[in-house]
Amino acid sequence: MSVPQGGYWRTLAWAGGLGSVLVLSSWWYIATYGLTVFLQQLINGLQRGSIYALVALGFTMVYGIIELINFAHGDIFMFGAYIAAFVGGALLSQGYWVAFFAALVASMVVTALLGVLIERVAYRPLRYKARFSALTTAMGVSIFLENFFALPPHAVPFPLNYVVFGPNYIRFPDLLNVQYYSYGGIYFTTLHIMDFVLAILLMLLLVYFIHYTLIGKAMRAVAFDKDGAKLMGINVDWTIAATFAIGSGLAAASGLMYGMTYGILASPYFGIFPGLQAFIAAVLGGIGIIPGAVLGGFLMGVSETFATSINSNLGYMISFLILIVVLLFKPAGLLGRWRREKV
Amino acid sequence: MLYGAILFSHGDLGVDVNWITDYYLQVLMLAGINIIVTIGLNLINGFTGQFSIGQAGFMAIGAYLTAMLAKLVIPLDTLSLIAQIPAFLGILVIAGAAAGAVGYLIGLPSLRLKGDYLAIVTLAFGEVVRSIIRSSDEIAASLKGWGLSNLAEVIEGIGGPRGFGGFPKFDSLTVGVLSIPILFTLVFVLTGLTVIVTRNIVYSSYGRSCLSVRGNEVAAEVAGVNSTRTKVLAFTFSGFFAGVGGGLFAFVIRFLHPDNFSFLKSIDYLIFLYAGGMGSLSGSIISASSLTVLPEFLRVVGFEQWRLVVYPLLLIALMVWWPSGLMGNREFAFLAAPAKGLPEVLDVTDQEPEHVV
Repeated sequence: MSVPQGGYWRTLAWAGGLGSVLVLSSWWYIATYGLTVFLQQLINGLQRGSIYALVALGFTMVYGIIELINFAHGDIFMFGAYIAAFVGGALLSQGYWVAFFAALVASMVVTALLGVLIERVAYRPLRYKARFSALTTAMGVSIFLENFFALPPHAVPFPLNYVVFGPNYIRFPDLLNVQYYSYGGIYFTTLHIMDFVLAILLMLLLVYFIHYTLIGKAMRAVAFDKDGAKLMGINVDWTIAATFAIGSGLAAASGLMYGMTYGILASPYFGIFPGLQAFIAAVLGGIGIIPGAVLGGFLMGVSETFATSINSNLGYMISFLILIVVLLFKPAGLLGRWRREKV
Repeated sequence: MLYGAILFSHGDLGVDVNWITDYYLQVLMLAGINIIVTIGLNLINGFTGQFSIGQAGFMAIGAYLTAMLAKLVIPLDTLSLIAQIPAFLGILVIAGAAAGAVGYLIGLPSLRLKGDYLAIVTLAFGEVVRSIIRSSDEIAASLKGWGLSNLAEVIEGIGGPRGFGGFPKFDSLTVGVLSIPILFTLVFVLTGLTVIVTRNIVYSSYGRSCLSVRGNEVAAEVAGVNSTRTKVLAFTFSGFFAGVGGGLFAFVIRFLHPDNFSFLKSIDYLIFLYAGGMGSLSGSIISASSLTVLPEFLRVVGFEQWRLVVYPLLLIALMVWWPSGLMGNREFAFLAAPAKGLPEVLDVTDQEPEHVV
């Protein structure tokens, strides 16, 4: 969680290089498919990007503070989406906005609690142990969440059958009165606006939180130096738990957005792919760097949407290709700084 | 001993040993394959201290190449049983070498990338391989457009998203009262061979340089170790073993689909490796075999629904209470360092890792 550093000219050169690639590829796309399609895909891509960016934020915050690749983050995202679906569906009779905000708040709170629980049970005991052991439990947590929540409710004993989601798809309730707009042949809905606005709002809130509150300051201190922070009287355990809570809450919010946008939650396994994309987005921007996660998320969302419109396999591949190419030239991500190893 | 039981069970001894069915045989073969691939992964992640999570990509290359060669180029089913085995071994070596060559290419970025950045590049590599296989029909179509219809036919044969099946099958060889399941024997022998070869790699001077790179790369360079060569070679070996494992996998499962080789498959191998203990061949052997058998065991004892819930819980419990894995970095006696004054394997799992304070 640090501000990107680096020489002014180098940054400018990178921005120029990236910009010219973007301009060239959009020019090609417009020439092939026309301007209307281009703008339409751009809007869709920004919508998808705002979902990825929020998931990537949680990823990068956890990484920034304990240097753990939280493989379970995609499943936390899945959990948030399901909670939002249940709460929103139950409160739909109270009106659209009540249901929407209740679902948002409830899913963020419950998922934050899940995140804290996971940290407490699976990661905290291993914090001072070798790195790979926490990584293994992260994978274990991921497999557990997917398979546990996919258990069919009739096959599990009493208290748990109210907890599991079942292996089948569920329809996500319409939490907003969706209006369709058309402007010069480009179509968009309330959801496009809501996703984007919600993502930007949450990001601003996060930036405020990290830079202007006491616990945000503590988080930055712990990310910088755990022992030093402890000596300054910061409760490291609480701070890390708070980071997990915030990261998981953001994942839940984006889970809600995902559900509203695509209208269906395929199965408790659906978090794997967005989780992977968010991981890539976080690394692409420079893992542990908050503006990097946002940049990476939007880049992933937009490029995936465009590539999918050309060929669905390319849509799956494009994020990995971009990642490989960027990391070959900029090994610490777009906004990261390559630290020379000192002897 | 187990192998002996399997030999007899397939023979006509008049003894009813029907508990060893083809299902058990297949689980055991998968355990062997998982041992091979995990040991290969151990060379990168355990002994050289790099971080690869794209092992499934190498496996996919090995599996698809083996299957293509065995079905389309050297049709194994037209050969006699005696000729089949060397032909199959030759194909496996070719497939492994191809995967190793790709491993060499993937190892090259490891000169620049470290830790998690390297990890995600290997992950991306695995997923790109899978996507390419999945879009094989489109590739074939464009090859046809360029007039390469022979090549296009071969590419079309691997089926893309439809999957790739119908490979020739190995029968059992009957010698007197014994019936020898050929494929099982091959897997069994190759697993043993992999263990011995890897043990020799690890205790060779090259293996020592791997350990020194893991300990401290700069110090290793200062001591005259070519860390670039060491790392790239580790990726090559690892790719080779994963390729051979993939080739065997193709013949055990007898149906290939790109989704068999997803990111989750790579995760499986990481779990095998870390649960066994990094840098311990014995640990890889124990954990790869037992964690392959465990979910199937849970299935057999009636936990069908719960097996993938219980399995990660056991894994988490193992890691929390036994953080350096089952074996830590100890070895069985027959895999331990030769006594000639060589030091014990460097101890990294117990020392404070540099990232986490």
